[in-house]
Amino acid sequence: MDIYLVLFWLFSAVAVFAALRVITVRNPVHAVLFLVLTFFTCAALWMLLEAEFLAIVLVLVYVGAVMVLFLFVVMMLDINVAPVREGFIQYLPLAATVAVIVVVEMALVVGSKTFRPNQMAAPAPAAAGASNTEELGVLLYTKYLYHFEIAAAILLVAIIAAIALTMRKRPQTKYQNPAQQVQVRKQDRLKIIKMEPEK
Amino acid sequence: MIPLSHYLVLGAILFGLSVAGIFLNRKNVIILLMSIELMLLAVNTNFVAFSHHLGDMTGQVFVFFILTVAAAEAAIGLAILVVLFRNRNTINVADLDTMKG
Repeated sequence: MDIYLVLFWLFSAVAVFAALRVITVRNPVHAVLFLVLTFFTCAALWMLLEAEFLAIVLVLVYVGAVMVLFLFVVMMLDINVAPVREGFIQYLPLAATVAVIVVVEMALVVGSKTFRPNQMAAPAPAAAGASNTEELGVLLYTKYLYHFEIAAAILLVAIIAAIALTMRKRPQTKYQNPAQQVQVRKQDRLKIIKMEPEK
Repeated sequence: MIPLSHYLVLGAILFGLSVAGIFLNRKNVIILLMSIELMLLAVNTNFVAFSHHLGDMTGQVFVFFILTVAAAEAAIGLAILVVLFRNRNTINVADLDTMKG
């Protein structure tokens, strides 16, 4: 058994265990942390598939930004877990049935003739000087340039939407109105009084 | 090396777990969002596996775009969640029935 297969079994066992904990754990903070573990092990699995750039992006962008955002939100909100957990046992049989059906169906398809290990031989490992990032970049900036720009637009819309949703005006905050400040005239505020000098 | 079917079965298991998570935690919006993220991860694993085994980089480009959309979705979803909690003081899906006809 070669080292890659051992690594694959190790990482996939950790990923499945962590994913199982994500959906069953009681505390949402623990759930987010287990989700981080799942993403991390999946990044390692992608590394085994020679998708180095995406593996690093998954760690940096997903674990580093999105999951931390989740963690912030979960910690900020003071959630009462008990009512949110009700119906957990009630729906367990249905959930288990659906999940098992999904997995068994996929396994049947994957186990068919087309996908047998000897049918699709593993490709040769990439050449020593080959750069996954460069290949992806060339494809992204030539063939998929428009899609790339649409992705940028989607991110922009997401930024604006998130800010617009969460921004609120507090009634008691005091702030300056620059327009009024600019339009101030001297005679509105300053009054010069001529008076006799006092003796 | 690792056969393709191993990765596909792993993706199926992760996907099945996230489907089960949506059923189990149908009262908790945060866990629902996390299950969706997990689902996207399972799909991405399939894409990367096929991309590697077919020698076609297009699959990885697709994963790149899925990651972009997933990040946008998470940001907006969490913003909605924060606003929701601020207004209703709950994230229980059962309490969100204001629009019920």
